[in-house]
Amino acid sequence: MTMLTIDNLHAEIDGKPILKGLTLQVNAGEIHAIMGPNGAGKSTLGYVLGGRPGYEVTEGSVTFDGEDLLDKEPHERAAAGVFLGFQYPVEIPGVSNVQFLRESLNAQRAVRGEKPLSGAEFLKVARAQADALGLQQDMLKRPVNVGFSGGEKKRNEMVQMGIIDPKFAILDETDSGLDIDALRVVGDGINRIMRRPDKAVLLITHYQRLLDYVRPDRVHVLADGRITRSGGAELAHQLEREGYAEVAA
Amino acid sequence: MATKNAEAHAAVAKKYEWGFATDIEQDFAPKGLSEDTVRYISAKKNEPEWMLDWRLKAFRLWQTMQAPDWAKLNVPPIDYQDAYYYAEPKQKKTIASLDELDPEIRRTYEKLGIPIKEQEVLAGVEGARKVAVDAVFDSVSVATTFREELKAAGVIFLSISEAIREYPDLVRKWLGKVVPQRDNYFATLNSAVFSDGTFVYVPEGVRCPMELSTYFRINAENTGQFERTLIVADKGAYVSYLEGCTAPMRDENQLHAAVVELVALDDAEIKYSTVQNWYPGDENGIGGIYNFVTKRALCQGRNSKVSWTQVETGSAITWKYPSCVLAGENSVGEFYSVAVTNNRQQADTGTKMIHLGKGSRSTIVSKGISAGRSDNTYRGLVRVAPTAEGVRNFTQCDSLLLSDQCGAHTVPYIEVRNPSAQIEHEATTSKISEDQLFYAMSRGLDAEAAVALIVNGFAREVLQQLPMEFAVEAQKLLGISLEGSVG
Repeated sequence: MTMLTIDNLHAEIDGKPILKGLTLQVNAGEIHAIMGPNGAGKSTLGYVLGGRPGYEVTEGSVTFDGEDLLDKEPHERAAAGVFLGFQYPVEIPGVSNVQFLRESLNAQRAVRGEKPLSGAEFLKVARAQADALGLQQDMLKRPVNVGFSGGEKKRNEMVQMGIIDPKFAILDETDSGLDIDALRVVGDGINRIMRRPDKAVLLITHYQRLLDYVRPDRVHVLADGRITRSGGAELAHQLEREGYAEVAA
Repeated sequence: MATKNAEAHAAVAKKYEWGFATDIEQDFAPKGLSEDTVRYISAKKNEPEWMLDWRLKAFRLWQTMQAPDWAKLNVPPIDYQDAYYYAEPKQKKTIASLDELDPEIRRTYEKLGIPIKEQEVLAGVEGARKVAVDAVFDSVSVATTFREELKAAGVIFLSISEAIREYPDLVRKWLGKVVPQRDNYFATLNSAVFSDGTFVYVPEGVRCPMELSTYFRINAENTGQFERTLIVADKGAYVSYLEGCTAPMRDENQLHAAVVELVALDDAEIKYSTVQNWYPGDENGIGGIYNFVTKRALCQGRNSKVSWTQVETGSAITWKYPSCVLAGENSVGEFYSVAVTNNRQQADTGTKMIHLGKGSRSTIVSKGISAGRSDNTYRGLVRVAPTAEGVRNFTQCDSLLLSDQCGAHTVPYIEVRNPSAQIEHEATTSKISEDQLFYAMSRGLDAEAAVALIVNGFAREVLQQLPMEFAVEAQKLLGISLEGSVG
């Protein structure tokens, strides 16, 4: 079943075109990897799907679960089941991880007509996710991403994803800044949380190495704002061997 | 972004949530201000002769004074003759319990969600944290709870009018000693016409068994509010006092000129917390309260401590500098402040730490949040007297801007006349970041909830100083005050 359909998507920042006719379809139960050279528009794709202000869609459409995704505000997209994992997770001083996530999750639940989780219910979920991702419990009480190392921030994104339990995750360079052990933990986390028949993932990555842990069903090469090539998992290895210039041309 | 701006503006236009007026017959003093007005107020309260004389002296002084103009505020001229100086709800007999309170008044409190409705507390249910509420409705205390329990501890907690009648020696000893009659234009005016307020005395060695709380509420059109609060903590005493207020929506400006005096003797500690939510005026700056408040503490005793915590979200104009005169050796003064201005609000607020005693220490943490087209100024003085050895002060002033049309200003005055002093001052100004907003929204929070969350994080250091009873209310208030302010 089709979950996400991107059709001829054009987007620009400050009048500068970045995405130039991107077309992509992701079905439930699939993990897709978007690879490509720097400046190809990978992060822009993530931000456009997340609804970041300043990213202007000039043409094309994005349909998620049969609804127009671009019509929704960022928080409505979250409530619809879209999760955006940030390449550079943002610090929010003075706000604990627990408070941040509980408020966020309950805001989503309210939109969906579900009853809010109590503090105790929430903590149970949060602790389980932190444990599963090897994040110290006290991290949950610390201000969001403040003073976290690069690796901790990325793990924290995965904890958030685990708690929010989205239908569809866009993970923007989640592997960057991770050492090999952390990479395994994060990879396992993605599989554990998202590898389900009713879920899907768009993994945006520059390197093939995360794909050793999270095996993609499809790999796409994004170059100059468009998908220039698609294939199976073996395409990632080919890219790693031969380079983007060769494969994407 | 265009849609977000439109949304933001629509939300800004949202009416003041707590703007309603209660329909109660008022007993007014004649309009205008004269010696007759002063005599009327004093007579209404059955005051002793010395009190009337004290008021008249202040009134005569006030007539010779000018309103201060040094603050970074644009204050429209105030016609002091075009206002009422006294109003009381028509309810002659005093009541024994809140159950006897005028139901209309009860409903007003309930709409505000004021803890006075905490029936379990009123019924004296064991285990519930007790908050004594000396409810000031307009100018007269209509109900006082827990007086008996406090009395058993030796704590005096009364309206100041009652205290003047029942404990004249105590009141007379301290009234005007911290804020002298001639201190400033508004304090002098208050001294002449103060209508009511609160008196607290905690005797030697007594830790007040509950948080004391007074809710002020302006309710009569064109009635200036001139509250007078006096709190004395005797040697080794401790008291925590909560002051919170909201006001119904009005078109005409209302003047509020309160005076708060705190006295801490040897080893005594007073914690004074305020959540201020007077009507701020509409989005065009029409209406709203003028809040000209003089709050000062005298840390007279050795090792005495006074801590001011304020969350200022309301009023069209705020002019307020809760201060500490640190006279006692090793005395401690603290000032924790969050000031929020939105739309056309103006705030010029801060503190004065006057170090006279050896080894006295002070901490100032000020968080200013500006939105809309508002102006928000921190103005603070740290003064160290020549004789004050070993003084320490730490000041931190942070400003957060939520729009590109608002102003944030930090005006520190540091006067050090003793070379042993250690004074630190840190200041930051930042704009709320789009990264933070988008990050929070991508997790499911709408724009307003995201702003509220980030702002509460920014103000956390101050909010965590508040007693639990207030912290939750204050957090909500920050969000409400800033609704629709990000575009």
